[in-house]
Order: sequence, then structure tokens, then C-alpha cells
Amino acid sequence: MATISVAPDTKLQCAHCGEDCPDMKISLGDKNFCCEGCKLVYEILNENGLCDYYTLNNNPGQAQRIPVRKDKFAFLDDKKIQQQLIQFQDDTQTHITFYIPHIHCSSCLWLLENLHRLDSGIQRVTVNFAKKEALIIFRQRETSLRHIAETLTSIGYEPYISLQDLRQQKPRVQRGLIYRLGVAGFCFANIMLLSFPEYFSHYGYADVKMNHIFRWLNLTLSLPVFFYSAQVFYRSAWGGLKSGFLNIDLPIVLAIIVTFIRSLTDVFTDSGAGYFDSMTGIVFFMLVGRILQDKTYQGLSFDRDYTAYFPIAITVLKDGQQVPTALPDIKTNDTLLIHNQELIPADGILVKGNAIIDYSFVTGEAVPVQKNAGEIVYAGGKQLEGNIEILTIKEVAQSYLTSLWNREELKTPREKAPSFIHLLSRYFTWVVLAIAIITATYWWAHDPSRIWPAVTAVLIVACPCALLLAASFTNGHILRILSRHHLYLRNADAIERLADIDHIVFDKTGTLTGKATSSISYQGMPLTKEKLWAIGSLAAQSTHPLSKMIASFCGKDENLPIRNFRSVAANGISGWVQYNFIQLGNAAFTGTSHKVHTEGSTVYVTIDGQQTGCFIIRHHYREGISALLQHLRKKYVLSLLSGDNDAEAAYLQEMMGPSASLHFAQQPADKLGYILSLQKQGRRVLMIGDGLNDAGALKQSDVGISLTENSNNFTPASDGILEADQMIQLPRFIRICRNNKRIIVITFIISLLYNIIGLFFATQGILSPLTAAILMPASSISIVLLTYGLSEWMDRA
Amino acid sequence: MSVIIILLGASLLVAIFFLAAFIWSVRNGQFEDDFSPAHRMLFETKPVETGCKSGNACTNKNCKSTICKNH
Repeated sequence: MATISVAPDTKLQCAHCGEDCPDMKISLGDKNFCCEGCKLVYEILNENGLCDYYTLNNNPGQAQRIPVRKDKFAFLDDKKIQQQLIQFQDDTQTHITFYIPHIHCSSCLWLLENLHRLDSGIQRVTVNFAKKEALIIFRQRETSLRHIAETLTSIGYEPYISLQDLRQQKPRVQRGLIYRLGVAGFCFANIMLLSFPEYFSHYGYADVKMNHIFRWLNLTLSLPVFFYSAQVFYRSAWGGLKSGFLNIDLPIVLAIIVTFIRSLTDVFTDSGAGYFDSMTGIVFFMLVGRILQDKTYQGLSFDRDYTAYFPIAITVLKDGQQVPTALPDIKTNDTLLIHNQELIPADGILVKGNAIIDYSFVTGEAVPVQKNAGEIVYAGGKQLEGNIEILTIKEVAQSYLTSLWNREELKTPREKAPSFIHLLSRYFTWVVLAIAIITATYWWAHDPSRIWPAVTAVLIVACPCALLLAASFTNGHILRILSRHHLYLRNADAIERLADIDHIVFDKTGTLTGKATSSISYQGMPLTKEKLWAIGSLAAQSTHPLSKMIASFCGKDENLPIRNFRSVAANGISGWVQYNFIQLGNAAFTGTSHKVHTEGSTVYVTIDGQQTGCFIIRHHYREGISALLQHLRKKYVLSLLSGDNDAEAAYLQEMMGPSASLHFAQQPADKLGYILSLQKQGRRVLMIGDGLNDAGALKQSDVGISLTENSNNFTPASDGILEADQMIQLPRFIRICRNNKRIIVITFIISLLYNIIGLFFATQGILSPLTAAILMPASSISIVLLTYGLSEWMDRA
Repeated sequence: MSVIIILLGASLLVAIFFLAAFIWSVRNGQFEDDFSPAHRMLFETKPVETGCKSGNACTNKNCKSTICKNH
């Protein structure tokens, strides 16, 4: 094996982004930089006295190795596109919100809010850190939208503007639940306070007239809770009823209504104080639980489709003029100019240019494909080298990739299995009703006047709110624990479904393999440095992705003369380098007799007709993947769906075990079909993928988790977003989700004890408001503490 | 005992005031971003240093910019 390294003796950190510097070539004063881009940002900030950016946090920047095209934001000069992005505009100022994925620390906050020092037309910038958004207010006479976007890009904060921004209005923040909680809390606390005289009335502190006033005040205060705060539960119960499903909210609503009516009659007949405190209290606690459980990750989106991945505008060539055009306005037969590193937005025919297209995100093919003029290129690919022109043959919405989203299976929301909590609550309700009936018959025989108080008290005490509280608080805690480990689940249902899966389907490219890293190695006769350079120099002549990798692996000598360079498409390249004739290519091209069987792509080398060896290019699997798969295969059936070729099949089979089924060259629709067929066999499928080609499968599977290299990146619609380096913790995540159910059951059993104590008083018809007032908050709070303690403990264990 | 009724009214008014304050703050978006305000208040507002844009050709003796290698 020949290895060449240029590793520096001491590791230098880039002053801007903190990544390792390859050498000391790029520096300013005592500061070193990893790339020209980082240096440029530093210079801009330095010149404008914004270097506090670097003192607030260490290396707050982002590597700027890939330069952003100069007129990338030219489309922002287009009035029509502007109109759709701008939030507000009057004669002097304009408001716009940009989504800036790189926002991650207080330095970002400081720099962005000091943007006016770089562009005097900007009045004010307000950063919403949670959403990674910046609201920019500027005077349109002094600066332009495009200039602002370019200024942001020049300091490393490129705004992310996608087609999704055009299509739909951003969903408004749901604040209803918070208002309801506020009202419930206010009423609950005041009713508690006003009930104290009542609690102690047996001890001689009673003043009949005052008690009367207190009761009526309590009644008034309970009205907003009953009619406003508790609405959430009425709606959910009614929704369940309409679709013929008895969910847990139904018995809770019954209990709330019974408690309210019982309390009203108590006050009106002057026979007691009622249970307003218990009722408002339980509504308050259940709302807290619901908010905790429904907590959303503002910075993440679980519903992205291709529109979030596509750019907002593209350059169209019209009569030799470059016109930025919004994507929906592109017609067939338009000529599009695709710049280097830009996305192809619509299916088309390549007209001009050298197309090397990276489809890894769309199809899962790991190696970029080379296309020649006249060939069809599909939407979603990213052009890697130079500019190309394509003639569209389909509009954006009808392209091959986007048509995936129009499939019937994905349009209709699937019926998902109801949570076990609802089933549990049903049994619970039947038992309670039975107890209520037994109590009623008992008192009917002994003292009919006590039927009403006893039965209503049973129904009040036995409300399954403890179960709902246990469930919502545990779910909330588990979601929080998972997010601490960088797995962000869409909602609480996903926890339960993740706990129940029995089949795991992996995507290969970008999931099992890392995004960009591939390893290259040489096998065969030892090569001298001169020979390596000769090979490298030859490979550098070709734009084929494998050649480029070999060229960077071997290094090159610029002075070496190359003659008779020949490139045979899909076979290899050959040429004279100084005095040697070198061939690089597949076995047939180089005339190699003994083939090397490896996982990965192989490029054979002959020098002067003599076989010297071969380069093996293997996509680097993520660290710990092998151990993860070997661990998982003991418990689950594993499958692999890859859009790539089967070059690495043997290696993958070895990792995933003999029982795993591997499928290669899978189209997005095939992936979706495979998940559907598994589900027809009754399998509960977890799909882990990352690209747009997995989107259908992710959405269809019982749990779809999309991987992301950092949580800023685009992720297709899924039930969960997992940071890629945390994937090895998958078995742990599943265990945590399984424990979720156990914690709920344990806390529920404990809360049953409270219920039994309450029932003991209730069936006798002697449930005093004081007992109820102590039992209710005590049980709720202890359940909250218990779920918290248990889930933290399970996380540690 | 009528003083209790007055106190009662007063206490409820105070409570309603806080409820209103809470609703106002939610509506104002104060609970949406718990990071920025906490950090924003810690930033010092320094006077803007006279920026140096002349690079290597800089002649300003007091210039602290690291771009100006003359110093």
C-alpha cells in the first residue's frame, strides 16, 4: 500500500471556523486560516471593526471552502420574486425574514444584529435564535434585497431561500394552548385560595355569609376554565367520537362535565362548595402535560418536500439574455443555465457544457454521473463542474422526481394504530362505570338520598386524568431526553411506534456511508513517487469523478508532458506521460487478466503494458456501523434499499448478516413499494434514510427517521430527524422508547392507588372537598415528579 | 367582615392584571426565543473603531488592524 500524506506536524486551527488547516500558507498576522473563504470573512469583519465576533466564542464561523457564485442572488432583483418574499413594505422601509441555517451561537446573534455596520441601509436586524431566522428592516432606497443577501453571504451567513418560501405562508405559531393554560392557571390558583375557608369550615372558622360569597366567586372563576380552557379536550373527544373511536379524552370530558354539574347543583341547592378547585386543577395539569408533549422544535421542520430542496429561481436564457426566473414560471422548451454547484430544477435535455451530475441525494448513486450533450438529465441532480445549459422537457411540477409526491399512497394520511393509552383508558372506563353502578344499587337499597353524591363522586374521582397525565408527562420527558441525544421526534406517537418496530430498513448512500468521504487505496506492485505523479498527472486530464479522486490521491507534477491522451467513455483513459505509456480503467480496457474482487469501485493501472496494480475506491462507512448492524440483526430483520449499484453487496451482506435482504438500483418508487409490501406482511417498519429518494419510503414506513449531518440541512418529511453521528446509538433510542411504555404503566398503577383511596371515600358518599382538594394536586404532582425521575433514571441506566 | 370583600376584590384585580400581563407577553412573542434576549443584553455597545480599509498601504500610525502589515 502506498500512502502519501501531507499532514502538518502540528495541527493548526482555522481562526474563523476552527477546522484543521492543511498548511500555514493562508495566514494574516498570527492568524491561520483553512481556506481563502475563511480569510476573506475575517478580513471583512476586521476592516469593519467587528472582530468581537471572534472574542465572544471560539471559532464561531463555518468553513468557506466552497465559494458562493457571484450573482447567485441575482434573482432577488426581480420585482415579482421580491414581492413574494417581502413581509412588509412602505415608502421608506422593507421588512424581510431570512432563514439562516448557520445561526448557532451568541457570536452569530451579535454579528447579525450589527449588520448595519456593514450596510448602512439596514436599519435593524432581529434574530430569532430558536427558528434560526433574522428579521431585517432596511431602507430600500439605500440598499437592496440582493445586496443584503450578498452581504450576509460574504460574512458566512448565507440565507437559505428555497422554492418552499414562494409557495406557502409560514405556519403561525400555535399559541392557543398557552393562553388556555394561562387562564386555567389563574382560575385554578384563585379558586384554591378562595376555597381555604371552606376547607377549614369544620374547624369553626366558618362564616356562612362569607362562604356563600366565596362559593359564588369560585363558580364564576370556573366558567372560563370549563368553557374556554377545557375546549381542547372537548374537541379531541368529539373528533374521536365522530370517527367512531373512544379515545382517552372522552372519559375525561365526561368527568369534567359531571364535576361541573355536581358542583353547580351543590352551590345552587346550597348543600356544599362543589369541586371547582379539583376540576380547574385537573384541567390545568392536563394542559401542562399536553404542552410539554406537543413541544415542537422550532428550528426543525418535519414536513419538507422537494420544494424546500429546490432553489427559488433559476437563470433562463432568453435571446442570449440571462433572466432570473421563478421556478413555477419555467415552461417546457425554456433554456436553463445551470451554474456550477447548482441544482437542476426540471427534467431536460443537455444542450451545452460538460455535465457531471451528483445524484446522490436524489437517487442514492454514490458516484457522480457524466452526461453528454443530447442526453436527458433529471431534476434534483447537482451540477459539479462548470456551467451547463439544458432545454426543459417537463415543467418543475411534472418532473420525474416531483411526481413522486403526487402518489396516492402519500397523499392520504394513513390510519395509524391508536396508542395503548386509549385502549387502557377504555378498560378503565368500564371498571369505573361498573363501580358507579354497584355504588348506585347499594345506596338505592340502603339510603336513596345518597345515590347522587356517591355516584357523582365516583365519576369525579375515577377520571382517567392520572393516566393521561402519566402519559403526556412521560412522553414529554422522553422526547426531551431523545432530543438531548440529538434524535428529534415529530410527536409522542412516534415514541410508541418506534418501540414496536420489528423490521429496520436502511438506505446506503448518505446513511450507512458518510456524505462525502470515500477512501482510496492502492494495491499491487510498489510505485515510486515519480510513477505516482505520472499516474496522477494523467488522471488529472480527465474530469471523471474517479479520475479526479485518483489525481488528488497521487498528486501530480505540473511539468510532466502528456501526449496522446485518450479517453474512452465508461472504460478508461490512456496516454504517454514522459516516457511511460499509462492506462487507467476497467479490467477490459487495461487488459487485466486477474480481477480483484473488492467492495467498491476498482481502477486498474498498467504502465507500458505491464499490469502494476489497481486503485480501490470505497465509500467510507460511518464509524461503528458494522457493530451497530451486528447488534441490530440479532433482534430485528434488516433490509437495505440502495439506489446505487451492487458493487459493495458482499461486504454489506457480511455486515448485515445472511438473513438481511439487500436491494440495489432502487428507484424512489421501488423503495416506497418495498415498504408497502413489508407492511402488507404485517411488519412494523423503521426506515432510516437521508435523501429525497427515500422521501416516499420514509413517509410510508411506520417510523421514518431522516439523517442529517447537521440539523440545518435539508431533510425529507419524516417522523424524526437524527444527527448522523448519533446513529450508532439507535439500539439505545429504541430501548428508551420501550421504557416509555413501562414508565407510563408504572405511574398509572401508582396513580390507581390514589384513585382507590378516593373511591373509598366516594363510594360512601363522604368525599369532602378537602379530601378531593388534597388528593388531586398531590396525585398530579407526584405523578409528574415520578415520571421525571423514572425517565431520567432509565436514560442513565 | 366587609373589609374582606374589598380585599377580595383587590386581590382578584391584581391577579387579573398578571393574567393580562401574561397574555400580552405571549402575544408579544416573548416566550418564543429564550436565547437571544438573554444574550443580547450582555453585548457591550462599543464605539465603532475607525475601520481600516487601506490594507498594506495603510499609513495610519494608530491603526490596529491586522491587515495593515506595516505595523
